[in-house]
Amino acid sequence: MSAIADQAGKSVSTAGESVSQPPKGAGPMQKREARLAYTMLAPTFLIILAIVLGPLVANFWISFKPVELGDLRAPKVLINERVKGKPKQAGDPATLEYRVRNSSQKNSIADAGFTDILPPGFTALKLPNACSLNGINIQCDLGTLEGKAREKLVISGTVSNEYLALRKPEKASKPVSYGDADSVLTNGTFTLDNFRRVFDSDEFWSVLRVTFYYTIFGTVGALVLGLFAAQLLNTSFKGRGILRGLFLFPYVSPVIAVAFTWVVLLDPFSGTLNALLTKMGVLAEPVNFFGQRAVDLHLFGTSFEFPLALSTVIAFEAWRYFPLSFLFILARMQSVSTDIYEAAEMDGATPMQQFWYISLPQLMGILSVLFLLRFIWTFNKFDDIFLLTGGNAGTRTLTVDVYEQGFALSNLGAGAAVAVVVFVVLVTFATLFIRFSTKEEGL
Amino acid sequence: MRLLSSYVLAGLSGGVWGFLSMIVIGVTLTLITGELAIPQVGAAVLASALGALFTHLWESKTASTGQKYAPAAIILLALLAATLGAPFALPLSVEPLWQLIALVSFVAITYWANRQTLAGTPKGNLTRYEKEVVFLRVAKGFGFVIFTVMVALPFYVMVMTSLKSQQQLLGNPLDLSIDLSGGISGMFRSYVELFTQFNFGTYLTVSAIVSVATVILTLLFSVPGAYAVSRLNFPGRSWMSRSVLLIYMVPAIVLVIPLYAVFSQLGLRNSLTGLLIVYPATTIPVALYMLQGYFKGLPAELEEAGLMDGLSRLGVILKITLPLSLPALASVSLYVFMIAWNEFLFAFMFLDDPDIFTLSRGVVSLNSSEVPRQHLMAGAVIATVPVLGIFLWFERFLVQGLTAGSVKG
Repeated sequence: MSAIADQAGKSVSTAGESVSQPPKGAGPMQKREARLAYTMLAPTFLIILAIVLGPLVANFWISFKPVELGDLRAPKVLINERVKGKPKQAGDPATLEYRVRNSSQKNSIADAGFTDILPPGFTALKLPNACSLNGINIQCDLGTLEGKAREKLVISGTVSNEYLALRKPEKASKPVSYGDADSVLTNGTFTLDNFRRVFDSDEFWSVLRVTFYYTIFGTVGALVLGLFAAQLLNTSFKGRGILRGLFLFPYVSPVIAVAFTWVVLLDPFSGTLNALLTKMGVLAEPVNFFGQRAVDLHLFGTSFEFPLALSTVIAFEAWRYFPLSFLFILARMQSVSTDIYEAAEMDGATPMQQFWYISLPQLMGILSVLFLLRFIWTFNKFDDIFLLTGGNAGTRTLTVDVYEQGFALSNLGAGAAVAVVVFVVLVTFATLFIRFSTKEEGL
Repeated sequence: MRLLSSYVLAGLSGGVWGFLSMIVIGVTLTLITGELAIPQVGAAVLASALGALFTHLWESKTASTGQKYAPAAIILLALLAATLGAPFALPLSVEPLWQLIALVSFVAITYWANRQTLAGTPKGNLTRYEKEVVFLRVAKGFGFVIFTVMVALPFYVMVMTSLKSQQQLLGNPLDLSIDLSGGISGMFRSYVELFTQFNFGTYLTVSAIVSVATVILTLLFSVPGAYAVSRLNFPGRSWMSRSVLLIYMVPAIVLVIPLYAVFSQLGLRNSLTGLLIVYPATTIPVALYMLQGYFKGLPAELEEAGLMDGLSRLGVILKITLPLSLPALASVSLYVFMIAWNEFLFAFMFLDDPDIFTLSRGVVSLNSSEVPRQHLMAGAVIATVPVLGIFLWFERFLVQGLTAGSVKG
């Protein structure tokens, strides 16, 4: 490119002396183009910043905060207003009562208070110290309300006919509260408890191990199935289009639909598969595929524990995502020229040799890219396991653990800490992936 | 004679076909009729192996019609003889029509499979090439059956379960037949109840609105972005086109806690607006990546000609680039629609109000011990049918876009 430009520059400069050198740096045209490009990219950039990159940073922040699900609601001053004394006629005494409380159990509210308008026809005679009256506007300043604090403010006075004509006149205006509450999310309290909690728990290492089993076997399973399916559909025959469409069903259907179908199909009591296997004499008793952590298998005199629920979940993963690898592998296979196979045929290569020495090397590129992509996506996967087992029976992965800590146990901080672990592991993979892919494929 | 002569191979492949056909047909018969048909595997292997052997023996260009079709009769007779006249361990009086159909299918399928497998195989010793051809034919057929069953069975179970009543399901889990005794309304009772009592009409509408709006928003954001990355020169361009895919690798679960916290404060959490902010943000990167790949493939000369003739950039995009990239736009739209329609995590976390549930969220709410499972499966069918229908309708676009536009292998 630059060589051509140089040549062009030379030829121009030799042709006529009046032509000057091409300008260096960005010219006005280029600047305008760059500005246009940035304008066109700005919306995308902003939304990604707000919804992806921002939360990513915020997650780190939250992971150092002692924050629970309940803390998300900022402490508020709650007020209940009522009239006591049952006035019957004009001039009767009545008391207006404000019950004030802090909605939070542990956080205090500074400079708390409220304003309200007196009910029509109510004349205040005696005010509590905290309150002041300006015409019909009343304001009460309560100072600092501690967590759990409750206060009662009583204003006594008399009523007029106007008051008596109305039904529930005190409801005519609602008290408006104010106060400065300090949110745990934004204040300066930090803690390492979340991480301590995550790393100290006995479960963490088993969760990590399960995550890797799930990711590696799920990825390999999906790739191998995809490779086989692509082999099957690489030749043209009647009904190939239909089969290709059918093979994509698991990937296209909503995860909730297929996950619940598997749960129903494999149910130990009313599931079709268990009924088939037991009635046909293959199994002695029904197997709880998604509920049983491990079964003892006896093979060749040795017995070992087979992680049943985890394997079933991995099988689901491979089943659901093989269509994606199938599609990419098939597309790659169809772009391989047939000449090379014809030549191999002439040389007497057997079908297996043709696959092993011609097809597979050509597919290595797409296979490695697919492996890395699927590896990362499987690692990120939450829905499937959550819907199939809820993370029970030895199937809890890191992503399910985020939910478990953050929402099931209501400890957002601990959930965010697990999410940080997820992200750090992921970045490690992504770095490896970029290194690897620039060498291998140049994606 | 070597160990794996053509005759041994014929017998073996025939046995495999017998085994496979018997299991598939037996299970199908069981599921269709609800009667327990135990596949007589041993007899089936024997019958089909015999059939294959004779198919191979009598295969020649000069074979008479009798020699051609005799193996089918051999399979039939051998199967009946070995099972004492009950090929599915059922008395003949039970579902005689279905049993007959199953028997005929078994004979026809094994006979046809044997002929296909052994066609053109020389008799006697075989070269490695010839052995592998037979072996691969068996493996391929096996693969077709396994894959088809593996994919189709769950969907069959899903649809059939949704058409059953609670008693039928508990009484006989094997019975996945179509039961016409209750009439059409009896069959679709679960669906009627979902729409009348469980608010599924609303869920369907909400899902449709959210998905379509996500598609529109995604295109509005990603088309200009993709155009800029593929056509305009600016510092950071190559970095941009690379890093955009990295965004797609960020796990949603990492974003859930901060978004939940912030959206709760802003009052966006339990609202469709919240979903319509999050969904496009997660789909824009992949849409941008797919579109820029396509835009780069369009000839730039056309756009330059447009610019020369006095069109503005916007005019060029609207009048030249977009009309040329309709296939890519269609495939991106479909893909985004699929993602939005199937999305579960954010819908589950954000939505509490049954009036604005999406289908995914609505079906999850059916997953309790109080709701019978035919309702759950009917919900699954309702969630699946629209997206599968749209997918099948536009399959070609989607497949092209997914493979050609995104990753170039």
